[in-house]
Amino acid sequence: MALALQQLINGLTLGAVYGLIAIGYTMVYGIIGMINFAHGDIYMVSAFIAISVFTLLATFGISSVPLSLLVVLLVAVLFTSVYGWTVERTAYRPLRGSTRLAPLISAIGMSIFLQNMVQLTQGARVKPIAPVLVGGVDLLTVDGFTVHLAYSQVLIIVVTVTLMAAFTWLITRTSFGRQQRSCEQDRTMTALLGINVDRTISLTFMLGAALAAVAGVMVTVYYGVVDFFIGFVAGIKAFTAAVLGGIGSLPGAMLGGLLIGLIEAFWAAYLSAEYKDVATFSILILVLMFRPSGLLGRPEVEKV
Amino acid sequence: MSALVFAQQPVSFAERLRDAAATAFIALLLGVPMIGLTTVDQGGALRIATRWPALFAFVGVCFAGRLLLRWGIDYWRAQRQSAARAASAASAEQQPATSLLLRRAGWLALLVALVLPIVFADNRYVVDTATTVLIYVMLGWGLNVVVGLAGLLDLGYVAFYAVGAYTYGLLATQFGWGFWQALPVAGAMAATFGIVLGWPTLRLRGDYLAIVTLGFGEIIRVILVNWTEMSGGPNGITSIPRPSFFGLPFKPPGDEPTFASFFGLEYSPHQRIIFLYYLILALALLTNLFVSRLRKLPIGRAWEAMREDEIACKAMGINARNVKLSAFALGAMLGGFAGVFFAARQGFISPESFTFNESAIILAIVVLGGMGSQLGVVLASLVLVLLPELGRDFAEYRMLLFGAAMILIMIWKPGGILARREPTLAYRSAEAGR
Repeated sequence: MALALQQLINGLTLGAVYGLIAIGYTMVYGIIGMINFAHGDIYMVSAFIAISVFTLLATFGISSVPLSLLVVLLVAVLFTSVYGWTVERTAYRPLRGSTRLAPLISAIGMSIFLQNMVQLTQGARVKPIAPVLVGGVDLLTVDGFTVHLAYSQVLIIVVTVTLMAAFTWLITRTSFGRQQRSCEQDRTMTALLGINVDRTISLTFMLGAALAAVAGVMVTVYYGVVDFFIGFVAGIKAFTAAVLGGIGSLPGAMLGGLLIGLIEAFWAAYLSAEYKDVATFSILILVLMFRPSGLLGRPEVEKV
Repeated sequence: MSALVFAQQPVSFAERLRDAAATAFIALLLGVPMIGLTTVDQGGALRIATRWPALFAFVGVCFAGRLLLRWGIDYWRAQRQSAARAASAASAEQQPATSLLLRRAGWLALLVALVLPIVFADNRYVVDTATTVLIYVMLGWGLNVVVGLAGLLDLGYVAFYAVGAYTYGLLATQFGWGFWQALPVAGAMAATFGIVLGWPTLRLRGDYLAIVTLGFGEIIRVILVNWTEMSGGPNGITSIPRPSFFGLPFKPPGDEPTFASFFGLEYSPHQRIIFLYYLILALALLTNLFVSRLRKLPIGRAWEAMREDEIACKAMGINARNVKLSAFALGAMLGGFAGVFFAARQGFISPESFTFNESAIILAIVVLGGMGSQLGVVLASLVLVLLPELGRDFAEYRMLLFGAAMILIMIWKPGGILARREPTLAYRSAEAGR
């Protein structure tokens, strides 16, 4: 029971991070119908920015945890959005309107490029930082097993919930959200109505990158180690989450992320840690067999 | 778009400068966290380090590059426009000529492939690299069945390559099977896995299929890493026997007849390298022949029809399930054959060789070559294998350049190097025929 509660906490934390990254996939897919393979690497870039800024702040002697967290979040979000924008502008925009596979290959190329760029400029070794947010509370003890809730886990869950609320408001209530959703439905018609489609797509990429940036900072705080390869695994998991929830659906991405996080945590605790990835993908395949458009996805209606 | 082109005014220099300055500003923003700042490990704790000169060099290069690029593009567009106006009349006759040219290029490539090991008999490096190119050609042709012909996006093709390689590795090391005995078994094994993967994904389309195949590839890799008793885990399988020439091994002269002693030749380690080269060449050519024959059979026609319009196919009474599964199975089988060859050539396999990157490269070969084009696959394999080889002198940057090249080729030719996605059979109206 205590172990289950502990894994629930761990799974929710992990799932929140996957969910944040998955939103970037799902939004981009919704608006231009492509898999942005470089999205996981955007998240990795943000984790490296976070490491640099944390170190920089420590050099300046700023030791207040809330202040440094805030600064790092803002800086990482800012710079990572620029990366998101650039990726779209250089690798995807020239290919808009060509075959479906062309941007996919370009995205894989971009992912390879970003990984190697970071490896070259920041080094190939694993980077550990001094723990930023230490401590936590012990919730309860059953049979000598203590359920521990770290402050960093609280931070991740609170930040994710806040961002989700803000994001839902942005998409459903604001003018940008309406433009974004209308681009999803029909880009030509949206353009005819005087909305700058290119700008909306760019902003979508920047927003997705910003959320990935938050995820990157959170992971840096949570695990304290970063290397240039973390983007690949996290990217695949997050993409799986987006597909599981129904690609193109924002609540679906969040739900998918949470599910994947929970599956991983429980599988690793009760069955085997080595095969947790096999479990994730097998469940994805099972779900898609019975619901081919994901849990919350709209079934595709085909017109002949 | 065309209206814009006609209204194009010469761009003023100030405008170009402003454009380049904006690029430089973006480059500065991109560069500060990655090039300007870095962290170095110092006695267990990280310390910040700065590289401002490198950052300014990067920004300067971006500024100049953007200026030149814009200017070049504008110049090129103007050139092309005037050329297009001049040649607008005589464009109708172009198609048959290129098709003939392509066929000639194919024969020429075959000739080059046949004489290459004779010309470079003493240069082990060239023959080895050419063998690697051919492995990718064969994988590309195999994946072409799934992606290019049947239109099913497969991001986990490397799984079948791995199944083939491990089947041969296990059969050879555990049961002492030879290369030729294991080849059909490994192919059948890979095809079975293709059907196992294909079955649950029949209802999926497009990108859902992509993620499921990607997941399948990862499942196979994770199993290979963790099931140590079966696969040897991360250490893989070592000392896999090399293929023999109809029972004659490539060994220094000994008791039993070897290739060299049977033909009365002097033993040389190059013989095996060259034999392996011709072996993969033969396998690849067989694949090509097989696939191009299949394209003319009802099943091949059905694949292409399915790629173009699945609903129309179902309406015409084509069994979508069988068509998709056969594409998966055949593609997987060809990947399995390539895997057997890979294992036999390396003598050592481990899960390291079957990562997602490998799948991505094979898919890139198919798409960069031009989906469905057999010769395009050859060209793309040449580019993608030789590019990192040529970049060996600046080894650190080669994968960086590889990624950049993938993006640039796609932007330059979004349909692939040899974009010719026309169906083998097409209805030509009387109007077009005239």
